[in-house]
Amino acid sequence: MKTQTVYKPTEGLVKRDLTYCPGCTHGIIHKLVAEVLEEKGLLDTTVGVASVGCSVMSYEFFNCDMQQAAHGRAPAVATGIKRVRPEATVFTYQGDGDLASIGMAEIVHAAHRSENMTVIFVNNAIYGMTGGQMAPTTLIDQKTTTSPMGRKQKDTGLPLRMSELLATVPGATYLERVSVHDPKHVRKAKKAIEKAFDVQTNKQGFSMVEFVSTCPVNWGINPTDSIKWAVDHLIPYYPLGVYKDATKEDTNES
Amino acid sequence: MAKVLMKGNEAMALAAIKGGCDAFFGYPITPQNEIPEYLSYHMVNEGRVFVQAESEVAAINMVYGAAGAGARVLTSSSSPGIALKQEGISYLAGSELPCVIISVMRGGPGLGGIQPSQGDYNQITRGGGNGDYHLLAFAPESLQETVDIVKQAFDLADYYRNPVIIAVDGLIGQMMEPVDIDKEVPKMKLDPKNWAAEGKSGERGSRNTIVSLHLDPYDLEKHNLKLKKKYDEMIQKEQRYEMINMENAEVAIVAYGTVARIARSAIETLKEEGINVGILRPLSIWPFPRKAFNELPESVHSLLTVEMSLGQMNQDVHLADKCRHNIEFYGRAGGVVPEPQEIVDAVKKIVRGRN
Ligand SMILES: Cc1ncc(C[n+]2csc(CCOP(=O)(O)OP(=O)(O)O)c2C)c(N)n1
Ligand code: SF4
Repeated sequence: MKTQTVYKPTEGLVKRDLTYCPGCTHGIIHKLVAEVLEEKGLLDTTVGVASVGCSVMSYEFFNCDMQQAAHGRAPAVATGIKRVRPEATVFTYQGDGDLASIGMAEIVHAAHRSENMTVIFVNNAIYGMTGGQMAPTTLIDQKTTTSPMGRKQKDTGLPLRMSELLATVPGATYLERVSVHDPKHVRKAKKAIEKAFDVQTNKQGFSMVEFVSTCPVNWGINPTDSIKWAVDHLIPYYPLGVYKDATKEDTNES
Repeated sequence: MAKVLMKGNEAMALAAIKGGCDAFFGYPITPQNEIPEYLSYHMVNEGRVFVQAESEVAAINMVYGAAGAGARVLTSSSSPGIALKQEGISYLAGSELPCVIISVMRGGPGLGGIQPSQGDYNQITRGGGNGDYHLLAFAPESLQETVDIVKQAFDLADYYRNPVIIAVDGLIGQMMEPVDIDKEVPKMKLDPKNWAAEGKSGERGSRNTIVSLHLDPYDLEKHNLKLKKKYDEMIQKEQRYEMINMENAEVAIVAYGTVARIARSAIETLKEEGINVGILRPLSIWPFPRKAFNELPESVHSLLTVEMSLGQMNQDVHLADKCRHNIEFYGRAGGVVPEPQEIVDAVKKIVRGRN
C-alpha cells in the first residue's frame, strides 16, 4: 500500500515539549507562526524576539535565530535588528501585559515609524506568567489576583483595545485581530499571519496580528470552558477583523 | 594627519564612525546633543544606521537588538538618560553583547542641572542595573584621549563581548580642542561573531539565541562565573592610568577627566612655591587602577582626591590605597568646576597640617 504524508509536525518548531499549560492557546499560535515561516521558506533568515511573559521561553521553541528582550521592549529590540539586518525577517511574540502595559511606548513608536516587522500579539486579558494579575486588557468585572472583586472602571479604566488604538497610528500598515477557538478560525488566523509576513517581505512596514487567547489556569476555568469564555466574553469586546490594511495605499517610501 | 579644531561631542561622533560604528540609537539630552546631531547626517551619508528613539529605554533596547545581530553599535546620553538605560545595560552585559555607550555627565540628582559634573562615578562604575555585572569604563581627560578611546572601545567591546562606557563631563563634550582624528590606535585580533542572531541559521546550519535568562540556579551561577572570568581578565589587562610628576612628590592628587587637567595647572603653581605634588590619573575607572597605588613613591605622605562630586571615586581610592597614606578630599558639586587655586589651597592645607 502506498503511504502518503497528510500531516507532519512543522520544522518551524524545535522538537521539544512546549512549557505551556494544558489547554493554553499559546501552543496553537506557536504552531501557526512556525508553519507560516516554514511554508514561506523564511525560517533560515528569520530573527524572532521573545518577550517577557509565559512566552519568554519561545526562544527555545521557534526553530530560527532568536533574541530574548526585556519586558515590553521587544519592538525596540526588533527595530535594532531590522535596521542593521534589513534582509532578515523579524518578528516579535508578545503578551498583553508586555505589549499593552509596560511596552506601550515601544509598540506605538515601532508602528509610528512603520518598522518593517511583524508583531504576534497574544491577548489573554491577564498576566499569565506572574500568576494572574490584572492587565490593561482585563475585562470589566473579570476577577484576577489584583482585582479580586472584579475589575471596575473607576480607578482602573476600561480595557484597552490595541488593534483599534494602533489603527489610529499613521505608520501602521496591517492590523488584524483573530482567534483560534475552532478550526475555521484557526485557518483564518493562519491566513492573517501569512498576510502579515507578506507585508514585511514586500517592505510595506509595520504589521500586527492580535490573537484572542486563553489562560485556563489563571482564569480558573477548565480548557474547554475557557474557549467558550473567550468566545462569549472576549470576542464581543475585542471583535475579530482587519483593523487596518494600508497595503493598497501608496507607501511614502522615497 | 594634521590636527583639526573640533568640538568634543562632534569629535566623539566622528571617532565612532572611524571606529567602525554600524548603527547609532539615541534620544536627545543636553549636554550631548551634538553627538546625535552630527551622526544624523554623517551616519546616513555613509549608508549606516541612525535612529532617534522614542526614549532612552527604547534606544538601549535597539542597541541590544542590533548588537545581538552582530553590528557595532553606539548610544550616547547624559546622566538622567543613562539612568533610564540601566535595565538595558544589565541585559546587554547578561547576554554578553558588545556596544559602546558615551555618557556626557551633568549635575544631579534628579533633573539636576546641565553643567559639567562627575556625579555619576557610582552610576558608571557600579551601575544601576540588576545583577552581578561590570562595564569596562573609561574617563579620558583630553579630546585626543577621548577620540582614541572611542575608536578602541569598539574593539574592546567586541573582544570582551561586553558594553564599554566612556564617561566624560560636559566640559569635554562642549570644549573645542585640536585633535588628530586619524591617530593610529592599537587594533585587537577579533574572532568572527559566530554567536550573532541575525537571521542566518540556514547559512550557519544551526540557530543562535541571545538570552540572559537562566532559570536553573546552577546554570545561572555557571554563567555568572563565566562573566566573572571576563571581568578578572579586564582587571588584569585594562587598568589604565597616568602618573604625573610623581618623582619626589610629597602629595599625590588623585583626579580623572577635566579635574585632572585642572590639577595639572595647580601642581605647576605649587612647584613654584616649592611644594612637589604629583597626580595619579585614572583613565580606566572600572577596572579602577589599583596597581597604580603600589607605584606611589616613598616620598608621598598624603593623597588628595579631587572630584566634581562630593566623593564617589574617593571610596575607590580608599580601597586601593589600603590605609597606606593619609587621604584627604576636595570636591565641588552641582556643575561647579574647581579653580586651580582651590586645589592649590587644599594641598597647602595638608602640607601645613604636617609642619
Ligand atoms: C521589568 C519587569 N517587570 C516585571 C516583570 C515580571 N513579569 C514577568 S511576566 C509579566 C507579565 C506577563 O504578562 P503577559 O505579557 O500578559 O503574558 P502572558 O504571561 O499572559 O502570556 C510580568 C509583569 C519582569 N520580568 N520585568
Ligand atoms: S499561565 Fe496562562 S498563558 Fe501562561 S501558559 Fe499557563 S495557561 Fe498559558
